[in-house]
Amino acid sequence: MPSMIQVEHLVKNYGTFTAVDDISFDVEAGEIFAFLGPNGAGKTTTIKILTTLLKATSGTVAIDGLDPTTNQNEVRKRFGIVFQDPSLDDELTAYENMDIHGVLYKVPRRVRSERIEGLLKLVELWDRRNDRAKTFSGGMRRRLEIARGLLHTPKILFLDEPTLGLDPQTRNHLWTHVRKLNEEEHVTVFLTTHYMEEADRVADRMAIIDHGRIVAQGSPAELKTQTGSETLEQAFLTLTGSSIRDEEASPLDRMRNMSRLWRRR
Amino acid sequence: MNVIAALWLRQLKRYARSKARVIGALGQPLLFLLGLGFGLGPIFQKAGQGNYIQFLAPGIVAMTVLFTSVFSGIELIWDRQFGFLKETLVAPVSRLTIMLGRVLGGATVAVLQGLVVIVVSYAAGFRIVDWTGVPLALLFMALMAILFTSMGTAIASMLTDFQGFQLIMNFLVMPLFFLSGALFPLRDLPPALNVVVRFNPLSYGVDGLRGALTGVAFFNPALDITVLIAVAALLLFLGGYLFSRIQL
Repeated sequence: MPSMIQVEHLVKNYGTFTAVDDISFDVEAGEIFAFLGPNGAGKTTTIKILTTLLKATSGTVAIDGLDPTTNQNEVRKRFGIVFQDPSLDDELTAYENMDIHGVLYKVPRRVRSERIEGLLKLVELWDRRNDRAKTFSGGMRRRLEIARGLLHTPKILFLDEPTLGLDPQTRNHLWTHVRKLNEEEHVTVFLTTHYMEEADRVADRMAIIDHGRIVAQGSPAELKTQTGSETLEQAFLTLTGSSIRDEEASPLDRMRNMSRLWRRR
Repeated sequence: MNVIAALWLRQLKRYARSKARVIGALGQPLLFLLGLGFGLGPIFQKAGQGNYIQFLAPGIVAMTVLFTSVFSGIELIWDRQFGFLKETLVAPVSRLTIMLGRVLGGATVAVLQGLVVIVVSYAAGFRIVDWTGVPLALLFMALMAILFTSMGTAIASMLTDFQGFQLIMNFLVMPLFFLSGALFPLRDLPPALNVVVRFNPLSYGVDGLRGALTGVAFFNPALDITVLIAVAALLLFLGGYLFSRIQL
C-alpha cells in the first residue's frame, strides 16, 4: 500500500521553542490513524502543517505524494477537515452549508446535488436539510461538518478532536459514522482525540506524541504489549507520564471561554 | 457559481435572516436622529443654518454605513476561529478571492442598512430634495462601505482576540464619526479641527451624500469621489495584503 501521508524528520520552531521535534510517521491509504498526545504536545501544530496552514521549519511532508507548501491548492483538494472549533455558518441551512462548500471546492453543480443528498443521508441529516445549522445539537453539527468535509471526495479526512464536548451516546454514534464513511468512501482518516477508549476502538494504528516527539507508534494492541498495560489509557500514561500540563491561556483560549459564555447551547 | 458571488450571497442571506440584527442596528441612528435632531434643531435654526434634521440625516446615514462596515470587518476576528471563515481558509481558493467576497458582502449589507435609515429619517421629517441625486447617493454609500469594510478587515487581520476592540471603537471609529461633519457644518471651523476634518475620509463621504440627497455640499463632489476612491483602493489593497498573511 502506498503512503497517503508521509512525514520525515519534521521540525517546527517558534522562536526558541520547538513545538515539533524531528518526528517521522507514515499513514497508509485507507487506514484510520489516531494522533494522540497531552495538551501542548504538538498535535495541532502537526495538523496545521499537514493541512497547509503552517510552514515547517525543516523536514519533509508528502500528502498523497505532494508537498503542502509548494502544491498548496492540489493538497487542499485532497483532504477534508473537521476543526476542533465550529466552522459552520449558523444562519445557513444544512443544505446551504454543503452547497457553498461545493462552490469553494469547484464540485460541478450536477455532482454536487447528488453528493450532498448521498452524504446527508449517510449522516442522517437529509430530513433536516432545510433547517438552519443553529438549530442543530452538537452531535448533528459534527455530523454535518464531517459530511461537508467529504463533499469534494477527498482522499484524507482530518478530524481534530471531533468528539470534544459531546455526550457518550453521541460520541459512540459519531465513531460509527466515521467507520462507515471510511469503508464506504474509502477515505483515509487522520484523527486526534483525548478519549483513549475511542482511539482504541476506532483506529487501526496510532502515534503518541509528547513534548514534540513521537514516543510510540503502532496498533493499539502493540502499544499495550509494549508498555505491558491492559488499557490504552494506561499505556498512554506510562508513555507520557501523569503530570498535568498547565499551559498559559493563549488569545485563542480566551476566545474559547468567551464562546462558551455566548453560546446558547 | 463563482466563489466571490457565493460568499457575497451568503452575507445577504445572513442579513435577510437576522431581523433582530437589522432592528438592533437601527437603535443608535434613531437616537442620534431624534435626540440631536430635535434637541439641537431650534438652535441650528436660530443660527440661520436651516432645518437641522435635513442637515443631520445624511450624516446619520453615513454613520450607519461606517459602523455596519467596520463591524462586519471586525467580525473576522471571531469568524476565522469560531465561524465559517475558517472553512474558506483551507479551501483551494486564493485568500484575495475570499477577502473580496467578504468585503463586497459586508459592504452591500452596510448600504442596505443605510437605506433603511434613509427611510426612517423620512418619518423624522427628512426629505430628499432631488431624486435624480439618488444614484449618486448610492455611489457614495457604496464607496464608504467598501472603504470602511476594508479598514475593519485590515485591523481585524492584525488582531488575535477582542482585547483591542474597545481601543479601536474609542480611538478610531468614534473619532472618525465625530470629526467628520456628520453632526456640524464644515464652514468656519477652528483651524485645528478644520485640518483634522480634511484628513478624515468620512468627511468626504458625508459631504458627497449630503450634496446628492439635499443639494447642499461643502466640497466639490468630484473631490469627494476622488478622495473616497483613492482611500478605498488603498485600504482594500492593505486589507487584502494583511488578510493573506493571517495565520490560524
